Order: sequence, then structure tokens, then C-alpha cells
Amino acid sequence: MDFLAQHQPELLPRNRQLPPRGVIEAPHGTTIVAASFPGGVVLAGDRRATMGNVIAQRDIEKVFPADEYSAVGIAGTAGLAVEMVKLFQLELEHFEKVEGVSLSLEGKANRLSTMIRSNLGMAMQGLAVVPLFAGWDVDRQKGRIFSYDVTGGRSEEHGFAATGSGSLFARGALKKLFREDLTEGQATTLVVQALYDAADDDSATGGPDLARRIYPIVTVITDEGFRKLTEAECSEIVRAVHDRRLEEPDGPRAALL
Amino acid sequence: MSTPFYVSPQQAMADRAEYARKGIARGRSVVVLQYNDGVVFVAENPSRALHKVSEIYDRIAFAAVGKYNEFENLRIGGVRYADLRGYTYDRDDVTARGLANVYAQTLGTIFSSAGEKPYEVELIVAEVGAAPEDDQIYRLPHDGSIVDEHGSVAVGGNADQISSYLDQRHRDGMTLSEALKLAVESLARDTNGTERTLTAEQLEVAVLDRKRPQQRKFKRLLGRQLSRLLEEGSGSAPEAGAAEEAEEE
Repeated sequence: MDFLAQHQPELLPRNRQLPPRGVIEAPHGTTIVAASFPGGVVLAGDRRATMGNVIAQRDIEKVFPADEYSAVGIAGTAGLAVEMVKLFQLELEHFEKVEGVSLSLEGKANRLSTMIRSNLGMAMQGLAVVPLFAGWDVDRQKGRIFSYDVTGGRSEEHGFAATGSGSLFARGALKKLFREDLTEGQATTLVVQALYDAADDDSATGGPDLARRIYPIVTVITDEGFRKLTEAECSEIVRAVHDRRLEEPDGPRAALL
Repeated sequence: MSTPFYVSPQQAMADRAEYARKGIARGRSVVVLQYNDGVVFVAENPSRALHKVSEIYDRIAFAAVGKYNEFENLRIGGVRYADLRGYTYDRDDVTARGLANVYAQTLGTIFSSAGEKPYEVELIVAEVGAAPEDDQIYRLPHDGSIVDEHGSVAVGGNADQISSYLDQRHRDGMTLSEALKLAVESLARDTNGTERTLTAEQLEVAVLDRKRPQQRKFKRLLGRQLSRLLEEGSGSAPEAGAAEEAEEE
């Protein structure tokens, strides 16, 4: 990154001129959710990108591996977010190759924080990028989740987190369904349930599209590294959730007391 | 005021080449061999911290002999070049040929500029392709020339002797353990013909494995895995499955 700043400063987001005032219509990504379980962490995102009240893209991917033991999911302006992720991936890989060891999970989270902060000018113009970062902490042997605000403020979340326009509804669902002792399979079902609820109440979040076979992106990070669930695996979870919802449209009920 | 002695350009270059060659000849050698699933790098290097073999990019790796600070400098330059290329264009646009050209330019400029001393390094840049025919290995001597190599190559102190030993015995389609065994044999031969035994602790081994599912094909072979491969190569154990075993861990 320092090398880029010296040699090709125009490639870095922070060195760009701000656009003149006014609203830019650009595709926005929406909901990302994460939940941890004893052996790792899952990070998932819906597939919709919106531009105003138009669906810009039905099958956008918003969850990316950052490196072997971490992943980043992005809500906000899609173009800027994808570029930020690309630069973040590059930086982690570059560090690893030059130094011979990977950054600590904490180090990665801090680095992402600075990158979001450098985008503050754009965020003030309505082009915000707000990611969710999740990874397996190799030193502490557990999955961890970090959430951010537009100014780059970073906070570690315990258990679960959500970001993006549907995050309010997703967080509600996560709060009621999350337990400390989830298995990997239960955790993946949990995030799909949360995304389903987000899509249920937020028009900018896309629900699973069974007709087109567009399912949420679900990724799992454990001590074996990053893994993205295959389409078949996702489809199985989504169908199970969907079938139950045919009987109970609002999803599973939590106990009252 | 003293008048500087006149030194003919031929003499000056010969002196510089001699200086660099002597520097390189002091170190231990590195050998690079093609095998059926990729390219294997073997260096005699007891240090775990100072690497002679490193990853540059997805399919490209780097091996060097000579002065550590000088080739480390070149390695970091190479990683920067590759990452910048890949970020600006696409990951596929980073090639060993491009990287070798940059190294050749750098080494050539340093070698012929009057101010600096020539770098006492010799590099190998290798890229693994989709099939063995697409593998590329470039050797870059201290003066900035590029030599396109096939099959096997050695650089460092005892390079001439090791290369001829390898040339006679290396064949296409070797398994990893066979290639590794050959590489270790060649490194273990001293100039005076005696043989030493090299253990896994004294070796730095890495592969560019085209069968590796990840985008980044570079992998270091360490500890138990390396010892097992070495035993397999020297014993009469069946060779099949060596590559699969390398995939573990």
C-alpha cells in the first residue's frame, strides 16, 4: 500500500477527487450477516444490488475471502466496495509474501479500519462502504467477528453481527435464534434464516430465488481455513428453510420466557 | 592532482564479473527441477528464517544464491512488481517472463554502472504452467543476461558440476520424491567427489504444484512431510501417490 501510494497514487481510493455534490446513482449492496460457533465463524450475504428502487443485479457476490483464514462481506456502494476488498486482499497477500508470515487477525481488522476511514469523503457523498470482517484467530484458536461504521470505527462483535440495509431485521432474527453451542451446520442455517427475515422486511435485500437458483453466499472459516459452501449445499439449506416457512411464514418461534 | 589509471572497458567488466562470480561461488547451491506435477526447488539452507526460495505470485517462485541482503532486495522488488501488475490488470497478466525481464534490467544496470559494485547474486525465476510443457524456468546470472532453462538447473558455488550431474540423470515425468531424491544427491556431492548426507533439517524445499487447488501454487515442504518424501525417494517404497501425499497438511 505504501508502495502504491508512492508509485501509483491514482490507484488508491483516498487520492481521488471527490465528485461534485449531488446524488450519484450507483449499485448498492445490502445485507451481510455473521455468526460464530465453537469451531469457527460463518459469514453470509444476500445476492441483491439495488440502485434507487431498481434491482441493479440479482446475483452479485458480496462475500469474499480476504486470505486463507478470513473473509470480508460488504454492504454499501458495490463498485467502491469491490475495489476496497481487492486492495485489502492484495495487501494481506503482499504482507504475507514480503514478511514470510501472515498478519494477525487483529492486524487485518485494523488495516481494514484505515481503508474504510480513507473512504470517508466518498461516504459523505452517499457512497459509503461498510464491511463485516470475520476470521479464524490462529493464535487464540477461535472465530471472531468485527463490524465497522463509515468512519472506520471498529468493534468486535461477540456471537453474531449484521450490516447493511436489512441488518436491523437480520439482527433481530439472529438475536432470537443464536446460541453459544451451535454446530457448523446449525450456524449456516441460522445465517440463512436471518437473511430470509431481512429480505422479508427490507425491499433492498434479496431473498433466496428458488426459481433462478440464486442462493445466498455462505462461507465458513474454521481452523482448516476459508470455505465457500457449494451451490448444492446452499440449495439444501435454503430449501429446508423455505419448506418450513411454507408452514410458518415468520420462521421459527423463540420461547416467550 | 593524480591522474586516474586508464582501465580498458573489457578489463573493467572482466574484473566486475570475476568479483561477482567469486561472491556467488562462496555460497551453497540451489537446484530447481521439473517433475510431473510442477517444479521443485531444493536449497541447502540450515536457516529457517532466511529463505533462499520464496513465493512471488500465484504460479511464480524465486530462488537465489549469493549475498542475502542483495537478493532479498530483488525478491521484495519482484513481489512488488507482481502484486502491482496483478492489481492493475489481472492475476493472469503476471508472468515469469515479464518478471525475469525486470530482473535482467535491474541486474544489468547495476552490473554496468560504474558507481555501484555488481550484485553477487544469481537468480532463478520459475513459473508452473497447466501442463509440464508450459513450465518456464529462467536463470539470471549476475550480469543481467537471461538463460531459458529446461528440466533442471543449478546455481551457486558448485553449479557447473551439479548441473552436469543433473543433466545426465533428470528425465521428464519424474515424481516429486524421485526429483527430490535426485536434487538432494546432486547437492550432497562435494567438489572433490566425496558425498555428504543432507538431512531434512539442512534443506529448504518448496514446490510450485500445478495440482494444488488454491490459486497460489507455491508450497513449502516442511518437517515430517519432507522427511517422509525423502525416505520414500531413497527407499524402495512404491512411488505412486507421492504427489497426493504432498497435498496433505
